[in-house]
Amino acid sequence: MPPTQTRRSPLAPLALIAVIVALVALAFAWVGGWLIPGRIGGGTLANSLEYNAGRHPGWRRAHAKGLCVSGHFDANGQGVPLSRASVFRAGSYPVVGRFSTGGSDPFATDGRNVFHSMALLFRLPGGEQWRMALDHTPVFPVANAPDFVALQIASRPDPATHKPDPAKMKAYLGQHPETKAFLDYLANAPLPSSFANGTYYSINAFRFVDGAGARHAVRWQMEPEAPFAALDKATLDQQPVDFLFDDAVARLKQGPLRWHLVVVLANPGDRTDNATVTWPADRRRIDVGTLVLDRAATEADGGCRDVNFDPLVLPEGIAASDDPLLPARSATYSASFRRRAVEGPHPDALTLAAKGGRA
Amino acid sequence: MTARFAPFARLLHWTMAVLILAMLFIGAGMLSTASARYPTLLAWHRPIGITILVLALVRFGFRLTHRPPALPDTVPDWQKAAAHASHWLLYALMIAMPLIGWAMQSAGGYPVLLTKAVVLPPILPHDIHLYGVLRTAHGLLAYAFFLLILGHLGAALTHALIRRDGVFQSMA
Repeated sequence: MPPTQTRRSPLAPLALIAVIVALVALAFAWVGGWLIPGRIGGGTLANSLEYNAGRHPGWRRAHAKGLCVSGHFDANGQGVPLSRASVFRAGSYPVVGRFSTGGSDPFATDGRNVFHSMALLFRLPGGEQWRMALDHTPVFPVANAPDFVALQIASRPDPATHKPDPAKMKAYLGQHPETKAFLDYLANAPLPSSFANGTYYSINAFRFVDGAGARHAVRWQMEPEAPFAALDKATLDQQPVDFLFDDAVARLKQGPLRWHLVVVLANPGDRTDNATVTWPADRRRIDVGTLVLDRAATEADGGCRDVNFDPLVLPEGIAASDDPLLPARSATYSASFRRRAVEGPHPDALTLAAKGGRA
Repeated sequence: MTARFAPFARLLHWTMAVLILAMLFIGAGMLSTASARYPTLLAWHRPIGITILVLALVRFGFRLTHRPPALPDTVPDWQKAAAHASHWLLYALMIAMPLIGWAMQSAGGYPVLLTKAVVLPPILPHDIHLYGVLRTAHGLLAYAFFLLILGHLGAALTHALIRRDGVFQSMA
């Protein structure tokens, strides 16, 4: 008789192998978020923008309408004690930037978007870059990614009325006084009448790391040399479709526009993890240099269209804070960039508008 | 008993097994979250990728100059062919994935940060079309890589637990 005890059934080891392989696959699916429906990634945030405003293939998912600008940053050396980033050493660094209005519709009239932004990319020695996306409001409407998604859902314009469902918006604002405060600010505060005379804020807190390795919680803002003039909100719907961008192009033809990069230092206890909370006005301010913008160009020609102004592209010496909105912005911008890269970049909205066409 | 791989080949294999699996998990994980884990994982993804590229080139050079132990004759020919094909595919992916990552970040206009202070030079010009193509390839090939590794794992365990033909031990 053959020795049957040496012939084992392969079923048990086969099952073990299947279980091991399945566990590795399952772990991968768990890490990738496919088993956790509520997890918010950059794609989820980009989806919420598309849900709110519809899809505009090839365009940025937010701040779709823009104008390229370029110039340089003259650092005066005053930032060196706060951060070892090369950008603060006295000298001149090339800058490419983009002015934009808020919203995801590249063909919206400027009068409908009272919210402006300035995005910048500083080219630094050794291939380093400092990118930032600044808004002309000192605070943001939401503090974190889940609230951002909730706001996009609640504020989706009704196709018929072009306004959000009042009941949904009321329910959302009832739970989010910070968003209401932001909307009240837009409605009541004097807003800049031009891209050129606005102050642009970092929104989030960051950390500067000095030469000794000490960290300093900061925000920063670009303060214009052009005197402030308030936007006339009453006549917005009578303004030409591109009046803000036309004004910026005209001013840059006259001569360079300048802003001072003012770093604001937190006091101990100031919140760095919430972009809806401002710091008291008496915080120490340091003017670390001057941004000089001297050229405007369309998005197609100006070298800003194909740039992701991800606020976490930072040089050594500048680091993220504990603000949860910061990684959420970074992930969303990157998802938007991936999508529009695959879709193929768009022609320029301002050029199209000048030719009388949208598509 | 089949001959074993050279100690250097075994060291490279197991080091890279850990790094590559970690890399695939980091990649899947960072895309799934917009929390503070996103920039942390992204900061790990680049230096580990470059480490894998360097190790893969060393390993590929070693493989070309050192014959690995032959599979035992009990392995059918079609399985031998599948094993060889999948091993060359694994080599191709180990080298291609980091290069595509580096190339796509270059084409996307990003500074390719190896560490916070060390920026790698771009290996392609800034071109958003190219970025889109390479970014898509990077994602699809990552899934292919993961499936291939699952197959590799299943086959290795079959040799270890069912056939017990020394093939698993040759790399263990």
